[in-house]
Amino acid sequence: MNATIEPLLTLSDYTVRFTTLDGTVNAVNGLDLAVARGETVAVVGESGSGKSQTFNGVFGLLARNAETRGAVNFEGRDLLAMSSKELDTVRGADMAMVFQDPMTALNPAMKIKHQLIETLVIHKGLKGKAAEAEALAIMKKVGIPEAERRINQYPHELSGGMRQRVVIAMALLCRPKLIVADEPTTALDVTIQAQILDLFRDLTADAGTALILITHDLGVVAGIADRVVVMYAGRIVEEGPVDELFARPAAPYTAALLRSIPRVDRDADAVQPIGGRPPDLINLPRGCPFNPRCGFTKDKCRSERPPLADVAPGRRAACWSPFIDAAAGTAEGQHA
Amino acid sequence: MSLYAGKRQALEEAFIERDDAIPRGKPRSVSRDALRRLRANKAAMTAIVIFALIVIAAIVGPHLVPYDFETPDWSAFTAPPSIESGHYFGTDQNGRDLLARTLYGTRVSLLVALIATTVSVVVGVLYGAIAGFAGGRVDSAMMRFVDVMYALPYILFVILLMVMFGRNVFLLFAAIGLLEWLTMARIVRGQTLSLKEKEFVEAARAGGVSNFAIILRHIVPNLVGPVVIYATLTIPEIVVTESFLSYLGFGVQEPLTSLGTLISEGAAALGAADWLLLFPGGVLIVMLLALAFIGDGLRDAFDPKDR
Repeated sequence: MNATIEPLLTLSDYTVRFTTLDGTVNAVNGLDLAVARGETVAVVGESGSGKSQTFNGVFGLLARNAETRGAVNFEGRDLLAMSSKELDTVRGADMAMVFQDPMTALNPAMKIKHQLIETLVIHKGLKGKAAEAEALAIMKKVGIPEAERRINQYPHELSGGMRQRVVIAMALLCRPKLIVADEPTTALDVTIQAQILDLFRDLTADAGTALILITHDLGVVAGIADRVVVMYAGRIVEEGPVDELFARPAAPYTAALLRSIPRVDRDADAVQPIGGRPPDLINLPRGCPFNPRCGFTKDKCRSERPPLADVAPGRRAACWSPFIDAAAGTAEGQHA
Repeated sequence: MSLYAGKRQALEEAFIERDDAIPRGKPRSVSRDALRRLRANKAAMTAIVIFALIVIAAIVGPHLVPYDFETPDWSAFTAPPSIESGHYFGTDQNGRDLLARTLYGTRVSLLVALIATTVSVVVGVLYGAIAGFAGGRVDSAMMRFVDVMYALPYILFVILLMVMFGRNVFLLFAAIGLLEWLTMARIVRGQTLSLKEKEFVEAARAGGVSNFAIILRHIVPNLVGPVVIYATLTIPEIVVTESFLSYLGFGVQEPLTSLGTLISEGAAALGAADWLLLFPGGVLIVMLLALAFIGDGLRDAFDPKDR
């Protein structure tokens, strides 16, 4: 957000494509995104909006048939230009990933201890007792009771919430500057979800770690993020500070997304799902990719793709007729 | 989120309390769990005891028997089993004690099986895991090589190896192990293909673990089940192969003996001295049955859902 400080991670004109038998799948299309140090950014979007693939590409975890273009700058290093071996010195050490499903993200044949120590041995050169002490300290930090006993157990002996804590501990081991959490709470039940989110907030605030939270749960976003990036069909539709964006969405897609969440304080009837289907990523619609499902489609939306433009200070949206207009400087959008 | 603060606190308390009630024992690994289930399997446990007895007899037996396996007893040629003379299994045409020979033959057969199985497990697991993990063209090339090896006639290979290794039986069976790994490699590759898509492998990669370390630390330990099961099935296969080769005269040479050699000699004497076939044959059958039951029990133990 702060333009004067060099951002930690910058994606520019970042594109991910998959070559399949049916054609080329355009998963991410010319994405521009900057994440500052210590910032918490939520990336939201429907399934297939490219939010996970974006960061799998950053970590070099894409499937074999994938192709990336553009640039990913992490502290002055271009990650896309690195070989897998060079990337091994960055991932796990300076940036780490927290996976979605704690049931499968831990190796069932390894004790928790050995999974934690593995990263320490690789990146910090710690050995034996020193590594074990460090692993134990992290286990305590993420709030695992009886860490001394837990560390010697196997993953299947821990509950889901415990396992997610272990997965988070694994990401924190080398004190990374960036953590990417891909739907870290989806596999957990609601009470544990809240605990895990609190944990994320405390840990990132303490260490000044930047956190990118990939999720489709807008409730999670509201609780923890500084800034929200809304993705649709592999592009950013809107980005801005979380409170402003939720209070006054600029793009019709964001507004539709917000209307589609059930809320306790509203009738179930008030939930309006977004009609239609997410676009076919092999044959993207002409113009704005959301135009077939948008309630405010105009001729221009069908022929020309809207660029991501400033709509208010710190806010950008890709829409020909946003609800907030930068030029008019008011909240009176053209739809109002 | 603060809306549910009270409720959350109550639930957390309940959660932590429940957590304390978890029984405290040793950490249970996958293998430990499997072992526990195996112990409950009566047939498999009986088979393990019988197999263990055979192994112990093969190791210490030859030292305890009054006769040795190569010195003839000039007072008893082709003598039937008798308790008084001390030839409990009788003697062969050259007056050698059959009990001593059977024990010694069992030892040789087991040793040969152990060598060949070890070689086949090591080579097969590494080859299969690397092929499966690498995927793509590397995988195709490696597995086509396996197909070619499969297609070559086995006996031709063995004769070639005989020429290369001469009369050294143990080297020959190390070489047979190098042929036996093919099926192991296929099994391991198939398992690896599904394992490498698991999130923990991706997590290891995201943590900066190198490919070879991922194969050794994350893939191979998860293959314990199928590998152990297949290895117990390889042992009888090698014992049978050895018997077959010895029967053809390619295997163990006189005066050294093996179960296969003894059976082939016994078969020739059938009708005149039946015990020469019955005793070594009985031992082989009991051993193979025991191994089959152990393999079966292990399969049930490692994958209780398949039962």
